[in-house]
Amino acid sequence: MTSPVRPGPRAAPRSTLGADDSVRSLEQLLATREIVITCGSGGVGKTTTAAAAAAMAATHLGGKVLVLTVDPARRLANALGLEQFGNVETRVPNELFVQAGVEPRGELWAAMLDTKESWDTLVRTHAPDDKTRDAILANPLYQNITGKFVQSHDYIAMERLYELHSSGRFDLIVVDTPPTRNAIDFLEAPERMADFFSSRLLRWLIAPYRSRMLTAATKPFYSVADRILGSQFLQDIAEFFILFQTMYDGFVERARAVERTLEDRRTTFVVVSTLEAAPVHEAEFFIRALKQRNFHLGAVVLNKVLPAYLLDPDGAEVARQLSFDPAKVAAQLPSSVGEPEQVERVLREMGESYLNYRVVATREAEQRAELASVPDIVCTAPFFDADIFDLAGLLRMGETIWR
Amino acid sequence: MLDRKLIFVTGKGGVGKTSVAAALGLLAAQRGKRVLVCEVDAKGNLADFFEAKPNKFKPQELTAGVYGMAMNTEESLKEYLSLQLHLPLIARVGPLAKSFDFVANAAPGVKEILTVGKFCYEVRERNWDLVVVDAPATGHVVAQLAAPQAIRELVKVGLVREQTQWMVEQLEDPAITGAVLVSAPEEMPVTETIELAHRLVDETEVSLAGVIVNKVLPELFGRGEEEIFRSLQDPEAAAALAGAVGTGIGPVLEGAQLAVTLRRSRAEHLVRLRKELPPGLPLLYLPYLFTRTHGVRTTRAMAEALSAELGY
Repeated sequence: MTSPVRPGPRAAPRSTLGADDSVRSLEQLLATREIVITCGSGGVGKTTTAAAAAAMAATHLGGKVLVLTVDPARRLANALGLEQFGNVETRVPNELFVQAGVEPRGELWAAMLDTKESWDTLVRTHAPDDKTRDAILANPLYQNITGKFVQSHDYIAMERLYELHSSGRFDLIVVDTPPTRNAIDFLEAPERMADFFSSRLLRWLIAPYRSRMLTAATKPFYSVADRILGSQFLQDIAEFFILFQTMYDGFVERARAVERTLEDRRTTFVVVSTLEAAPVHEAEFFIRALKQRNFHLGAVVLNKVLPAYLLDPDGAEVARQLSFDPAKVAAQLPSSVGEPEQVERVLREMGESYLNYRVVATREAEQRAELASVPDIVCTAPFFDADIFDLAGLLRMGETIWR
Repeated sequence: MLDRKLIFVTGKGGVGKTSVAAALGLLAAQRGKRVLVCEVDAKGNLADFFEAKPNKFKPQELTAGVYGMAMNTEESLKEYLSLQLHLPLIARVGPLAKSFDFVANAAPGVKEILTVGKFCYEVRERNWDLVVVDAPATGHVVAQLAAPQAIRELVKVGLVREQTQWMVEQLEDPAITGAVLVSAPEEMPVTETIELAHRLVDETEVSLAGVIVNKVLPELFGRGEEEIFRSLQDPEAAAALAGAVGTGIGPVLEGAQLAVTLRRSRAEHLVRLRKELPPGLPLLYLPYLFTRTHGVRTTRAMAEALSAELGY
């Protein structure tokens, strides 16, 4: 299957490095970065792309490469030779690369993001004393927030990334972002977390439970809130926040540091999308959001792209003939092919199918043209015949986007 | 499926959850019901499927019999406060709602309850024959549907506790509420659908109304026809074919092979889906639509296909 819309063969290497910007590739991008964050809407192959890029980097660039995923897909774990992903980084066995027919220059590691576990670690790190730590860990609200509170995933993903990066144990970390309701949520997560802890509202909320004195300003709020939620619940909330506030300094400082890491030039974002309308819309929105925030947009990976032969004008002409008058064509074929009526049906079906797929391929080509005008690097991965189930498959996909 | 009063449509991103929600709403309206379709996700493209302007909190008519609204928890809270507490001045609710929104963000379940509560309220007031919710993608929806129960566990007294009681009752009644899972014949969507189906059964009291598999690719060749297709690629036949129609036959043959392969690799996932879903769950199939755009015509085509699948 040929990749449809790649901008032709790469220009031959020139004598001066960087003389031709058009030779920029994912390989080059990843060679100069320490953190790669893949993002895009659900179902576009974000996790697979992250794993494929990491596998390629480990193979060709060397060093220790970590793929950090939020997606506990069993298939991907299997593809990487792991029973399952854990919160602790595990090395992908070298034999797997050998089986896939490559001799990797570096090491590939994988880890999954366990939100609850990561939150607990964070609390253990920042709690001022054992008593506070235990009180927080046992608080029902804390358990709810870390387990179910969707926004906490966004923050913890970024937090864990920061922790791994600053540990200096990996040369390159490829992160696949959580499926957020809104793609930019996680970009803002550190900032929101810092704002949250430093907000006046938070202090306002917990003040009466500290001082037992209601000010004129807070009184109406509490009388209404009491009626709605019941004072026990409010007190639970307040207690939780009072406990959490003891970690204020550590948290805010940390959130700021996470933010700086995201803005650092060693960090780049790769937007993954298919060429369907909704993911493209999301990708465009995301690209704008990255620009606005001065984050580095490294590349756009277009996944599951239909092959270019579906756009062939001669093919379309033949498909029309087959679809409208299959009998005429069938009559010119050797009788060994099959019974004429059945042959006609096959020919018509072929023609109609081609025209159908062509409609989609044409729409996709247009979508691609619009998306491709923005970033420097656009890579295209085709529709693969089968799902990717092993490292060889990941590397095969990686090859299509690498150079 | 459409006989219930409240349907939560959910599924992994990319499977066409919103378009299915739109089609379900349209089909119910075509069958004479007054339908409210609500979007919960911030994406807000439900109205596109009716080629209408974006939905707001206040319902708008999208097409005959179908009304659309976009969930907004702050608006929902304002409405709740004015209904329940008979707060006299809407102006006073403004800053209050703002602080409350903050609490809602921090305290788990509050946003969810304001969302689910609004839908339950619309159903209880009999404002509509059917409320279709374009619910959050897999995972989030469990938290949403479990919210009233979770809140009941956290909040021991107060209005909220009383208020969650009737919601829980409504959500637990299979004659009223059901969840529809949208899937697609691909590995991850199928895996997530199976997981979500079991999670909904285990973690919530909401009954499963069915699974809709979207984007099912057509079978190109029937019995014996695939053999003919293969023999068309034999050198002799291929030469005759090229002689009859020209070299453009190459891409057409490749395209047919692609279509066959895609259909076949996806069929395996459907087999797995059927096998691993809780038994007795209705399974409907919607064809992949080879369309240029995703406007109201596509929604109509999907509603038609759904109608056929439901045996109307």
